[in-house]
Amino acid sequence: MKNPESGENEGLLVRRIKNGTVIDHIAPGEALNVVKILGITGTTQEALSIATNVQSGNMGRKDIVKLTNRELSKEEVNRIALISPNATINIVRNFKVVEKKGVEIPRLIEGIVRCPNPGCISNTSEPIRSRFEVLPKGLHCCYCDWVITRDLTSHII
Amino acid sequence: MNGRILATLFFEPSTRTRMSFESAIARLGGTTLSVGSVDACSMAKGETLADTIRVVSGYADAIVIRHPKEGAARLAAEFSSVPVINAGDGAGQHPSQTLLDLYTIRQSMPIEGTDIALIGDLRYGRTAHSLASALSLYNVRLHTLSPAGLELPETLAAELRQAGMEIVSHDTIEDLIGDVDVLYVTRVQRERFPDSASYFNVSSSYRITPEILSGAREHLIVLHPLPRVDEIDPRVDESPHARYFEQSRNGIPVRMAMLMEVLK
Ligand SMILES: [Zn+2]
Repeated sequence: MKNPESGENEGLLVRRIKNGTVIDHIAPGEALNVVKILGITGTTQEALSIATNVQSGNMGRKDIVKLTNRELSKEEVNRIALISPNATINIVRNFKVVEKKGVEIPRLIEGIVRCPNPGCISNTSEPIRSRFEVLPKGLHCCYCDWVITRDLTSHII
Repeated sequence: MNGRILATLFFEPSTRTRMSFESAIARLGGTTLSVGSVDACSMAKGETLADTIRVVSGYADAIVIRHPKEGAARLAAEFSSVPVINAGDGAGQHPSQTLLDLYTIRQSMPIEGTDIALIGDLRYGRTAHSLASALSLYNVRLHTLSPAGLELPETLAAELRQAGMEIVSHDTIEDLIGDVDVLYVTRVQRERFPDSASYFNVSSSYRITPEILSGAREHLIVLHPLPRVDEIDPRVDESPHARYFEQSRNGIPVRMAMLMEVLK
């Protein structure tokens, strides 16, 4: 088999994009969660390509997400860190990568994760967004003090 | 504090805590605005807590809130233009109770270096959660005794240990009685058990009696957030160990101090 990382091979899976964002080195199997955490649904306008379990030299397998005509903001990029801290973000303009950055774990996340505590005030019809503080032990609910320590993606709204 | 107005919003009945706050503000020369009962007002008609708070904070200088949802007091504080005091939020916290608990212990002994036992429903009992968290600020060894399934939540226990607290769990009251300075007894609710027989089994094995206390340290004090059902034998009331009525009276000066702090 040829080098699986080569542009040619990858090109078959995911076309190059002219303008937009390429999220590379996503932990294998997490691409759909990355899309979900970015709030991209069937009803939004982006042209989207997703490749999962692509062979990658240094991490075995990886997922890739390409978003056409959309440059992710820093806050959006940092959400990705919650589920895939090794992901890299490439901003593409006119087929060239003009900016390459890693993701940074945010200190506070709002409105992305639902508190698993059924008794939490954030799970009622109050006009608030869920709010979690990112701590080494997990995500700490700023309202009820619940801590999500694992299986974060199942709590994404 | 003359003429200052305290609003007491109790979305869950708690006559004692409410009376205690009302008495405290009255002794400071202020007055209380209170809602008759939850279903007699707009709160039961689907208004959000956020709206209620925005309105009530225009009527009062401070708000005391008791609510069945965890985090309700924090939400209230976000929407209020005046200080909010948490008087209990679901299974969460009950900080004014904790302050009066600490004060009562401190009246009898220095808190540092003591052995304190929490007995009863440690899973849902917010007074126990709040007290345990506060005690983790001191050098205190915590002893726990609770029915199966009603143990201290693991996340809380982990937090306490991380704060440097030693936690010793026990299976019987006889096992811990000689080793502790404070017995903090909480109610085990009948609803937590599948039938009254298993409830009776548990409640009788946790009951504090003069016989149990005969094995206690001389200076041991027995506390209870009240109301008690049958966790403490009424014969204990006469013993020098009993401090629960004093503890409940301490609610007044402690809540007066809290109100002065937020209203000054
Ligand atoms: Zn919560």
